[in-house]
Amino acid sequence: MDFIGAYSADNLKFLLDGLYITLIVAFVSIILSFIIGCIIGVIRYSEVPVLSPVMFYLVEVIRNLPLLLIIFFIRFALPEVGIKLGLITAAIAALTIFEAAMIAEIVRGGLMSIDKGQIEAARSSGLSNAQTLWHIVLPQGLRRMVPPLVSQFISLLKDTSLAVVISLPELMHNANIVIGHSYSYAIPTLALVALIYFTVNYLLSLLSRRLEQRTV
Amino acid sequence: MDYSILTDYFGLYMEGFYGTLLSSVLALFGSFLIGAVIAVFRITTVRGLRWFGAVYVEFIRNIPLLLVVYIFYYGPSALGFTLDGFKAGTIGLAVYTSAFIAEAIRAGIMAVPKGQMEASRSSGLSYIQTMLHIILPQAIKLVIPPLGNQFINLIKNSSVLTLVAGLDLMYFADGISTETYRTFDTYIFVALFYLVLTLPLSYGVRIWERRLQRKY
Repeated sequence: MDFIGAYSADNLKFLLDGLYITLIVAFVSIILSFIIGCIIGVIRYSEVPVLSPVMFYLVEVIRNLPLLLIIFFIRFALPEVGIKLGLITAAIAALTIFEAAMIAEIVRGGLMSIDKGQIEAARSSGLSNAQTLWHIVLPQGLRRMVPPLVSQFISLLKDTSLAVVISLPELMHNANIVIGHSYSYAIPTLALVALIYFTVNYLLSLLSRRLEQRTV
Repeated sequence: MDYSILTDYFGLYMEGFYGTLLSSVLALFGSFLIGAVIAVFRITTVRGLRWFGAVYVEFIRNIPLLLVVYIFYYGPSALGFTLDGFKAGTIGLAVYTSAFIAEAIRAGIMAVPKGQMEASRSSGLSYIQTMLHIILPQAIKLVIPPLGNQFINLIKNSSVLTLVAGLDLMYFADGISTETYRTFDTYIFVALFYLVLTLPLSYGVRIWERRLQRKY
C-alpha cells in the first residue's frame, strides 16, 4: 500500500476533476429526472385514458432493467439507428430516463397517500380536478415525498459511477485509471474515493433531514 | 430486428443468463445472512454493536456498488492474492445489499408493536424465545416485499460484474456484439433476458404488498 504515491498532487487533482464531472452529471440528471418524473407521476395518478396505461408499462420496463444496460445502450446501440449522443449527454440521458421512472413511482405514491376525503371536499367546494391537484394534493404530496426523493437522488449520485462503462471521466473512472498505474495505489485510492462519495451523500441526507423538519 | 442473433448465440446468452442468476442468488443468501446479523446488532442494547451496525449501514448505503465491487476486486491483489471477477463481484453485491436488507429487517421487527414483546416477556418467555416465536414470525411477513425488491435490485445490479469481467449477461453480450457488429439487436435481447427475471418478481412483490395492506 503506497499512500504517498497514491495521494500525489497529480493523482489528487485527477480525482477532483472526476468528482467535478460526477457532480455536474448528477446535478443535471437530478433536475431533469425530477421534472420528467413529476410529469409522469401525475399522469399515472390522474388516470388519463391511453396515456396513463402507456406510462405504466414504460415505467415498469425501465425500472426493471439494469441502469448499466441503459447507459451502454444509449451510448453504443442508439447510433445504429441514427441517434448519436456525446459522452456526457448520453450519460445524462440514461440517468435521467432511469431515475425519472423511479421518481414517477415515488410521486404517484406520494399523491395516492393523500386522503380521499380532501379531494372530495375540494371538489365539492367547487375546485376543478386540475385545481384540486395543484392546490390540495400536490403541495401535501410533495412534502411526503421528500425523504424517498432524497434517497433516490443519493442513488443517482452513486449510479453516476456506472458511466464507467462508457468511459465517462467521472470519479470512479479516474480512480480506476489511478489504480491502473500501480496496484499498490488500489486501497488508498478506493478509501479516498469512498470517503468522497460518503461525504457528499451524507451531506445530502443531512439536508433532507433539515428539509423534512422544516416542511412537516 | 435480427432474430438470428438470438438463435445463433443462444448458448452464450444462456451462459451469461446463468452467471447473472447464480451471482444474484448467491449474493441474496450472503446479503441476507450479513443483513440479519447487522439488523440484530442495530436493535440490541449493547452499545458497541449498535454503533458498529449503524456505521456499517450508513457507510455502505452512501457509497456506490461499483466501489464495493472494486474493493473486493483490487483490494486482494494489493494484499497479494486474487479474487476473479465473478467472486469479487458476487461478494461485493452481497456486502452492498446487506446494508439495505439489514434496514428492511430492522424496520420489520420495529413494526411489531412493543406491547407484544412486553406481554410475552411478562408471561415468562426469554428474549430469544420471544424473538423466535412472537416477533420474527410476524416481522417476516412485512420483510418479504422489501426483500423481494432487493432481489430485483440484485439481479439488475449484478450487471456491474461485467466491469470486472464477471461472466454475467452483460459480459457475454459484449462478446456477442463484437462478433455480430449488431449492438442494438444484441442488447435488446439482453434486456429481454433481464425482464424475464425481474418483471415476474416485481409483479409478485406488488401482489404480496396488496395482500398485506388488505390485512391491516
